[in-house]
Amino acid sequence: MAVILTNTSVSPGIFKMTVEFTGDVKPGQFFMLRAWDKDPLLSRPISVHDYTPGKLTFLYQVVGKGTEILARLQTGDDVTIQGPYGNGFPKITEDLCVVGGGIGTAPLYYLVRNYKAENPTGKCRVYLGFRDTPYGVEAFEALADEVVLDVGGIITHKLSVTPDETVVTCGPEIMMESVAKTVSAENTVYVSLEAHMACGIGACLGCTCETKSGNKKVCKDGPVFLREEVFYV
Amino acid sequence: MSKCLETKFNDILFKNPVIPASGTFGFGREYEAFYDLAKLGGLCSKGLTLEPKPGNKGMRLWETPAGLMNSIGLENPGIDAFIKTEWPHLKAIDTVTVINVGGKDEESYLTAIEKLNAIDAQLIELNISCPNVKAGGMAYGMKAETAGDITKKVVDISRHPIMVKLSPNGDSIADIALACEAAGAQGISLINTLQGMAIDYKKKKVVFDNLYAGLSGPAVKPIALRMTHQVCQTVKIPVMAMGGISDWQDALEFIMAGATCIQIGTINFNNPMAPIEIIEGLEAYCINEGLANIGEVRGIV
Repeated sequence: MAVILTNTSVSPGIFKMTVEFTGDVKPGQFFMLRAWDKDPLLSRPISVHDYTPGKLTFLYQVVGKGTEILARLQTGDDVTIQGPYGNGFPKITEDLCVVGGGIGTAPLYYLVRNYKAENPTGKCRVYLGFRDTPYGVEAFEALADEVVLDVGGIITHKLSVTPDETVVTCGPEIMMESVAKTVSAENTVYVSLEAHMACGIGACLGCTCETKSGNKKVCKDGPVFLREEVFYV
Repeated sequence: MSKCLETKFNDILFKNPVIPASGTFGFGREYEAFYDLAKLGGLCSKGLTLEPKPGNKGMRLWETPAGLMNSIGLENPGIDAFIKTEWPHLKAIDTVTVINVGGKDEESYLTAIEKLNAIDAQLIELNISCPNVKAGGMAYGMKAETAGDITKKVVDISRHPIMVKLSPNGDSIADIALACEAAGAQGISLINTLQGMAIDYKKKKVVFDNLYAGLSGPAVKPIALRMTHQVCQTVKIPVMAMGGISDWQDALEFIMAGATCIQIGTINFNNPMAPIEIIEGLEAYCINEGLANIGEVRGIV
């Protein structure tokens, strides 16, 4: 159980929730959230948007019954959170290029902030694609060396990657696939997958994805995978 | 821990009647981060088949009101890999491990059972009721005659007691249970998932590649309770009941309906501590009601 510090709309259908939490939280990990009894049955896997000791932030899109309930919660309300779960992004020391689409930009903010803290001289470029109203762009602009924004188009059309960049992408699968296929094989590319999950801890086998080394669990072995692992190339 | 929850399932002593159900608990490892598995009465392995299975493709999970449909398709490492990599770990835990076995035909069932003869298991749960794959054996579980037939063949070659896991999707479940008892089964577990269907109207397509899928969770509890009652009224062998149990009150209802033990399934996914909370709740109930043992309310309705 965690206490909600703030929970506000930042864009149509997009909410940002900060809860009181202290723990070992890595960028790219997620929590299972619930604030209801048995309907909907399952908790909702939501990625970590930002974390500092005492403050854990989620940026989430209202897509159904569960996220509708989450969006109605107020400051001071309790929300059940389990986690952090998942492997998270690996430590990146090269220059960083992140490519986010829609709500897939959510986990990338904590990644970029953490990267800049750990690599003060490292260069970080950010590509953000949105179908209509963009959100969270200023926050990336405050951190990154360059932010390229695309609204209504295809972000990967604007993408150019330098040889010393590690690429991280999260967003619609079709976008991640395009990033995985267009970026040179010389670059390291990580993709952060999304899947329907029941348990979040590797027990239900509901989020299994096929990889080159057999079935993997998105929740436990991922959600972050090397592009080579997940059949994109 | 007092002995008020100690339960005998034939000769097998369970420290309490609460057992996480097959397919919701992996091989236990994932839940070790939450509690000591030795607190459980027992645990049920993920459904095993003779050969490794990658499981079903496409969507595997779909929520319904207070329910969950799944089409995992018995993804599992196969019996040999289980014996090599999971069994030593499970065996070391001070609790009863129930080994769940499915098959696609008679030969695969019997070969799997023969391989399990090599280990010191306490109870095998014979899955003749998985609705999601041919290898789940639901074809055997729909009718009393075929259920009794495969049960007899398995019982004849197994050196371990066999508990047959029944499907709610076939003929009268009490008749099927009776046939399994007559064939030598030493226990019955029920219910496996109810076969259902989901359509994504936006995509104008069925949700599951396998067309139909299994429904579980609180939504199915009244049906599971009714079937448990019917089977417990019919057979003399002990019953391990499941279907939507999410708290100690639910568990108690199944025990009052006649179940010897209860299995905890889908609720593990949204509350990993559910089995422990249920054990504690049942224990408190015994103390508050002045019961020396939970068995005093078994089958009272």
